[in-house]
Amino acid sequence: MTIKQITVFLENKTGRLNDVAKVLGANNINMLAFCIAETVDFGLMRLIVHEVDKAVDVLRDAGFAVILTDVIAIHCDNRPGALSKILESLAENDIFIEYMYAFAQSERADVIINPNDLEKCVRILEEKHSDIL
Amino acid sequence: MGRDEMSDLQGKRLHKLVELVYHNVPFYREKMQALDLSPEDIRSIEDIRKLPFTTKQDLRDNYPVGLQAAAQSEIVRIHASSGTTGNPTVVGYTRRDLEIWSESAARAFTAYGVTRDDVFSVGYGYGLFTGGLGAHYGVEYVGATVIPTSTGNTEKHLRLLRDLKVTGIACTPSYALYLAEAMEKRGMTADDISLRIGAFGAEPWTEKMRQEIESRLGLKAYNLYGLSEIIGPGVSYECECKNGSHISEDHFYPEIVDPETLEPLPYGTQGELVFTTLTKTGMPLIRYRTRDLCSLMDGKCGCGRTNVRMTRIIGRCDDMLIIRGINVFPSQVESVILEMPEFEPVYLMVVDRAGCLDTLQVQVEVRRDFISDELGEMLRLRKKLADRLKSVLSISADVKLMEPGSISRSEGKSVRVIDRRSLD
Repeated sequence: MTIKQITVFLENKTGRLNDVAKVLGANNINMLAFCIAETVDFGLMRLIVHEVDKAVDVLRDAGFAVILTDVIAIHCDNRPGALSKILESLAENDIFIEYMYAFAQSERADVIINPNDLEKCVRILEEKHSDIL
Repeated sequence: MGRDEMSDLQGKRLHKLVELVYHNVPFYREKMQALDLSPEDIRSIEDIRKLPFTTKQDLRDNYPVGLQAAAQSEIVRIHASSGTTGNPTVVGYTRRDLEIWSESAARAFTAYGVTRDDVFSVGYGYGLFTGGLGAHYGVEYVGATVIPTSTGNTEKHLRLLRDLKVTGIACTPSYALYLAEAMEKRGMTADDISLRIGAFGAEPWTEKMRQEIESRLGLKAYNLYGLSEIIGPGVSYECECKNGSHISEDHFYPEIVDPETLEPLPYGTQGELVFTTLTKTGMPLIRYRTRDLCSLMDGKCGCGRTNVRMTRIIGRCDDMLIIRGINVFPSQVESVILEMPEFEPVYLMVVDRAGCLDTLQVQVEVRRDFISDELGEMLRLRKKLADRLKSVLSISADVKLMEPGSISRSEGKSVRVIDRRSLD
C-alpha cells in the first residue's frame, strides 16, 4: 500500500531536528517512523505520522519547508532473510530503490520504500507478496 | 533643450560654483591653488577636467561641516549617512537646495507617469537617510497623495496598500520583494491591491529583479537613483522607455572616469560615475566620486527627453570583491539566482580564506516547490546553481542550500556580502 510521507528540508545545524520534534509534540502528533538523509549543509527528514494533514499544517505554520511524497509501506517478518526475498523480486523486475528505511518491533518489521517506479513496484509486490502489503 | 544650450548652461553654472567654493571652502581653494587654478580658468563645462576630485574620505576628513559653503544660518536641514566605516557623512542643505531636490525628485515621479490622482506610499526610511524625505518631496511636488509609511511595519504597510487603494510605492527593490512575499503569505495577490507604479532605488538591482517585482506586485517598476552626498533620490530616474536613467544634468553634471587612472571615459564605456553639483549652495561638491560603476548614454530617448542617461549600476568599486584574483560583483550572483525559479530571490555571499586560498560560499533559499525527498535531486539542484555561477563568475563557489525564509530580509539596504577575510 502507498502512504504519504512528509519530508522536511532542514538546515544542518544543532537543534533543528528538535525544532521539528517540538512542533509535532506540542500538537500531539506522534512520529511512527523517520529517517534522515544529510549533507554537510542540509538534511532531509522523512517522517511517517498518522495525522498527515495536521502535521503538514502545523509544520508549515511554524515556517518549515515541507513536501508530501507517496511511498510504499510493507510489513515484513522480523527474521533473517525475509527482506532479501522481497528485494530480490524487486531487483529482478528492474525496480530501483531511491531510498528505504525500516523499523522492527517484536515479530514484525515495517519497511518504507521509495522506488523509481511506484506503480510498477506496487504491482509486483501485490502479485508476489500480497501478504505483506 | 539642445546639447549646445545645455553645455552652455552647465558651463555658466560651473563657473559660478567654482567661484562659490573657491571663496567659501578652504578645502577646494587649497586644492585649486595647488593645481594653480583660479575660478577664471573655469569657463566652460569642458574645463571641469582641470578640477580636482572629491572622495568620500574627503568628506570624512572634513567632518562635520568642513565642506559646507554656506553660513550655518543659511542651512535649513542636515542629513547624514551611516558612519559604519568611519565618521558619518554630514550634508547641509540651504532652502534653495531643498527646492532643487524637490524639483529633481518631481521630475522622476513625473517621468514614471505619476499624477495628482495617485496615492503614493513612501516605504524608504525617514530620518537622517535621504530616501524617505526625498521621495516624499517628489510625490508631494507632483501633487499626488503621499503616505509617509517609512520602514518597519510590513503588516500595516500591506493593510494601507489594500485599504487606501494605494497606486504607487517607493522603496528599495529588496523590500518590494519582501512585501510581495509577505503579501503572498497572507493569501493576497496583486489583484487585491491597486499598485501601478513603483519607484525603486538605494541599492543596485537587475532586470530580472524588475520582472519579478512587476509580476508579483502588478506594477511598472522604475529606477530612482540618488545619493545623499549629491542631494538624495532624484539625481536620475527612468522614464516609460526603461532604457537608462535620465540624469538631471542641469543640476548634477555626470562624468564617467576610470577608477584607477581617473581619466574621463567616453559615452558607452563603463567606469566610475562622478557628479558635480552645479547649483547646490549648502555643501556643493566638485567631481564627487560615487564609487558606482555604470556608463553614460547620449542621444534623444524614445520618451523625447534629451538629457544624458546612465545605465544600471552594475556594482560599486568598493562592492567589487576580488576573490582569487577575479573581480566578482554581487549583482552577477543576483542575476544568476533570479534566472532560476528554483530559488527565492535572496542570497548571501560569504567570502573567507582557508589557508591562503579565498573561498566563496553562496547561500540561497530553495523554493518549497523545488524541494525533493531525494537527496540526489537536491544535490543536482545545488550543482546546477554551482555550474551557472562558475560560468558567470569564472570562479567556483560553494553553494549552500538554505530553508526558505532563513536568510534575513532587510527593510533598508540589504546585507548581501560578508567578507571574513578583512577580519584577519
